[in-house]
Amino acid sequence: MMEQVQKGEITSVKTEYPRIRLMKEMLQRLLENKLAVVGGVFTILLIFLALFPGVVATHSHTEQDYSAVLVPPSAAHWFGTDELGRDLFSRVIYGATTSLKAGLISVGIALGIGLPIGMLSGYFRGVWDEFLIMRITDAMLSFPPLVLALTLVAVFGAGLENAMIAIGLVLTPSFMRLIRGEVLAHREKEYVEAARASGLPSWRILFIHILPNTIAPIIVQATLAIAAAIITEASLSYLGLGTQPPTPSWGSMLSTGQGYLEQAPWLGLFPGLFIFITVLSINLFGDGIRDMFDSKLK
Amino acid sequence: MFYFLLRRFSLMVVVLLLVSIIIFSLLNILPGDPAMLILGQESSPEALEALREKMGLNDPLPVQYLHWLTDSLQGDFGKSLRDNNDVTAILLKKVPITIQLAFMSFAIAVLIAVPAAIISATRKGTSLDYLSTFFSLSGVSFPPFWLGILLILIFSVGLGWLPPSGFVSLAENPVRSVLLMLMPALALGIRLAAELTRMLRSSLLEVLQSDYIRTGYAKGLMERAVVFKHALRNSLIPVITISGLQFATLIGGVVIIETIFSIPGIGQLVYSAILARDFPVVQGAVMMMAFSVVIINFMVDITYSILDPRIKVGGER
Repeated sequence: MMEQVQKGEITSVKTEYPRIRLMKEMLQRLLENKLAVVGGVFTILLIFLALFPGVVATHSHTEQDYSAVLVPPSAAHWFGTDELGRDLFSRVIYGATTSLKAGLISVGIALGIGLPIGMLSGYFRGVWDEFLIMRITDAMLSFPPLVLALTLVAVFGAGLENAMIAIGLVLTPSFMRLIRGEVLAHREKEYVEAARASGLPSWRILFIHILPNTIAPIIVQATLAIAAAIITEASLSYLGLGTQPPTPSWGSMLSTGQGYLEQAPWLGLFPGLFIFITVLSINLFGDGIRDMFDSKLK
Repeated sequence: MFYFLLRRFSLMVVVLLLVSIIIFSLLNILPGDPAMLILGQESSPEALEALREKMGLNDPLPVQYLHWLTDSLQGDFGKSLRDNNDVTAILLKKVPITIQLAFMSFAIAVLIAVPAAIISATRKGTSLDYLSTFFSLSGVSFPPFWLGILLILIFSVGLGWLPPSGFVSLAENPVRSVLLMLMPALALGIRLAAELTRMLRSSLLEVLQSDYIRTGYAKGLMERAVVFKHALRNSLIPVITISGLQFATLIGGVVIIETIFSIPGIGQLVYSAILARDFPVVQGAVMMMAFSVVIINFMVDITYSILDPRIKVGGER
């Protein structure tokens, strides 16, 4: 700090708005984190794949070719073909759409339910909060997540839509907990007291004043939850209860691939590799965002 | 201390009750008629009605719930719809298998995580630290079932060292039993090791900065003595608490790993029962899983508060 003052650097930054400077600093911290940058780049690439799979895919992902069944990876079929002669590379590319969609929508559901309930529960407290919300989340968190998701899918029926709802519900209590805790910590702060004293209605204090201040941990948790949701969707599809054929899904590709490990090991390799890369990139990026927020905002 | 125990215990009872309500109501909205499952599609309406009456399916749901709860508390989860066996007996037969798997996975996880975390924390910022951090992040991102498939590809298809799947009980042939369970335990253990490494590393880093560690170094203790005798012990306390929470994830992983490697444990039982709509088995098994998670966390909390008296009543957040 002293050196900066001596060099006169401090005065030059003063002219900028503090918020822009803060954002610049955070962005700089994110860019310095090499792993986070790699994760971010891969995540963007995967989003591109998910949005425009047709641009990258070399073949149709559904067309069957019985003269080319279980062909090993080659120039014509980069990842080989599956048991119905479909091009595995194209299927894996189209699988990105399913996975990312599942991740985003289920986390959206979890946020949609968890955010309002968690905020109200943390702000108004009382019997509802202590005896209902907290205990119900306790109970829901005692279920192994995958088992709860499995049971829910069994209730709703197999399929991608129902799997996304089930995963969303399984993720909800942890969001509720996080948001409740954040609001609880903020409701006693001076700026909230000031807002209350000036007679603002509760909803305004909650959503206009408290929410923006708690957004950092929510973004971090949401990012990491997307990664967890992608793994869970793949697990459900692997068990035959998630995405149904012919929609390409990495999980169900692996499940069929397992039957051909001896003749066609590539079927058990590439879809899993894509799940791994996707989840790893999102996790790396999420960790980077956490570090970015950490030293300034928390 | 007494009030802390009492409060913690009553909280646990409330949570267990809610868990049972959730399980019961979930499975009662499941489509399908248990009476028809037992008697078959072609049975006469009168016979179905008689069985429904006998099974108490015509009572209002709260009454059914109370019946089910009192029976479960006495260790009676009803009979399987598939083979009419006692659910409790089935569960008791499967539990030791899953415990063996969980125990082996945990052992593997500790064997990997403790050295990795120590190296990482004591050599912070070196390439070894980055390597270990990267591997633990990768481990967390591995879909457990793909890890299982990869292990089969490497050790069974590629090297031919281990059979791809199957199960022999410990009593029957201990060596073969452990060998067969090695790959599934690795698949679960590597992921657990990754999480443990992350937690233990950050906990160690914090402890290594404390005054008593500096004292240890100052009075000329060897690094080994400081790390193992003083730092490691203290950094294990938070890790134990979080491992309690990890237990739920471990049990969830068991479902998928047991299915891949055809191990006849609780996980496979739940999965096959869900597919077959065998409600009593699903209820019993899921209830047992959730209860063990709640009880383990209760015990972890209690041990924690005995080990560390700074933990006070009502640490809600």
